[in-house]
Amino acid sequence: MFEFINVLQNQTFMQNAVIVGLLASVACGVMGTYVVTRRIVFISGGISHTVLGGMGAAYYYGFNPTHGAFVVAIIAALLIGFVSLRYHQHEDTLIGALWAVGMAVGILFIYKTPGYNVDLMSYLFGNILMVKRESILFVACLDLVVISLVIVFYKRFLAVCFDEEYSRLQGVSVESTYLLLLCLVAVTVVMLIQVVGIILVIALLTLPAATARYFAPSLGKMMILASLFGAVFTTSGLVISYKQDIPSGATIIVVAGLAYIIATVIKGLTSRFRSYNKK
Amino acid sequence: MNKTVIEIRNVDFAYDDILVLKDITLTVEEGNFLGIVGPNGSGKTTLLKLILGLIHPLRGSIRVFGQAPERARPSIGYVPQYAEIDSSFPISVMDVVLMGRLGKAPLIGRYRKIDREMAEEALKEVEIYEIRDNRFGTLSGGQRQRVLMARALVGRPEMLLLDEPTASIDGRVEQDIYELLKRLNEKATIILVSHDLGFISTYVNQVACVNRSLVCNPIEHVTSDVIKACYGGPVHMIKHKCEL
Ligand SMILES: Nc1ncnc2c1ncn2[C@@H]1O[C@H](COP(=O)(O)OP(=O)(O)OP(=O)(O)O)[C@@H](O)[C@H]1O
Ligand SMILES: [Mg+2]
Repeated sequence: MFEFINVLQNQTFMQNAVIVGLLASVACGVMGTYVVTRRIVFISGGISHTVLGGMGAAYYYGFNPTHGAFVVAIIAALLIGFVSLRYHQHEDTLIGALWAVGMAVGILFIYKTPGYNVDLMSYLFGNILMVKRESILFVACLDLVVISLVIVFYKRFLAVCFDEEYSRLQGVSVESTYLLLLCLVAVTVVMLIQVVGIILVIALLTLPAATARYFAPSLGKMMILASLFGAVFTTSGLVISYKQDIPSGATIIVVAGLAYIIATVIKGLTSRFRSYNKK
Repeated sequence: MNKTVIEIRNVDFAYDDILVLKDITLTVEEGNFLGIVGPNGSGKTTLLKLILGLIHPLRGSIRVFGQAPERARPSIGYVPQYAEIDSSFPISVMDVVLMGRLGKAPLIGRYRKIDREMAEEALKEVEIYEIRDNRFGTLSGGQRQRVLMARALVGRPEMLLLDEPTASIDGRVEQDIYELLKRLNEKATIILVSHDLGFISTYVNQVACVNRSLVCNPIEHVTSDVIKACYGGPVHMIKHKCEL
């Protein structure tokens, strides 16, 4: 731990990593809460994997892959949102297809890009220790967008997630609200890809929120708690991965997964204990 | 002559290929209390959804307050039969009731003070003010129905549509809710789906028997034969009156 603090003080790469991790945790907790309560984990998975296509294309044509990821994430969110609204019956098949094709396209682009393809692994599994100073600003801006839109549309998002039919009766355009929500998920996914990579994004999006759900009485409190959990998981994952010299993304996810399992067990025991006391 | 609030003319409705409602014609005037009865699966809920514009007729026309159903929604309060609600969703009773103000509150930002006050009033009306901070998912079936009722009342609707609102509510509260509806009926038109024919005969002034087709009568003309024809068998329609 001491050693880590020392590195943190002296090395910018570690400072960048911790800051990006903390910033990403905020949007992660907020949007993860919607993903978990509205049960759109699979849809979010579709969005995040399709993103590899955009990163690959941007890489091939010499643009910043993160910008490519951003554009494609929004397109994927709108496309998948449209599919899920319009072809609800076949939603999972269609999203599954997009998911795989997006990844395949990305792999082909990366393969065709001249030079040694070291980046593929870092897209897939993330490498938070490589993030640059500019990324901090980028992630901070995305955070700002996500949080301000959630504050502005809080009532509507809550209503649409909780009871779609009644929201419609209240004059809410359920479709556009839903699409906006998916776009914000997409933005969050792009941030989180920097931290843990495409494959592990869904775990980081859902595990803090799923853990928070056990303890939160309302959606707002669940968001705050999930953000705090996210911050703890990413930072402690970083510390452990640095000490053990193991991949950071995977470590963060394992930490988050363990915390979720422990929370589930605690929750199970306390509710059993309570019902035992009642008898 | 009273104002007509609902005008349904020769409406057919089908889910996929199965005709559920056939040639429905119904007029409801302002201030009426219409009871809808009919066996399970006869199309009562479907009829309410047509009135709300959640689904659209295959044929025929529906006007609510003289407009297309979608446009009349702000003046309607609706208590669904089964709200498709995830009971693990983290939301308080108060927040569920506030949803009934969503259409009238500002587009963005938080609910206003007046919205909260009206929500508190509605909670008191259905006697669940004490549990306003509880999580909705932890409530019993009857408590949930009362929350949904408060949500329908909080928008101060000119018309209330209730789909078996008292199905799992205990007897005492059920009585109170009927009295509440009677009081609300002084200002609002009420349409109520119920299997409790005893109730229907005590409070309503118009009865629609739905069974794919619809037969509507003023309450004076509703005899056990009318009901029998609708349900396809004898039903204890006047159990209330017998008990008295
Ligand atoms: N979403 C749907 N898709 C297809 N068929 C449906 C759907 N909803 C209802 N139905 C069919 O339409 C018919 C009428 O259903 P409805 O829900 O209106 O009945 P109901 O009179 O409200 O019955 P209950 O007394 O059980 O509430 C039923 O036969 C049902 O099978
Ligand atoms: Mg029904």
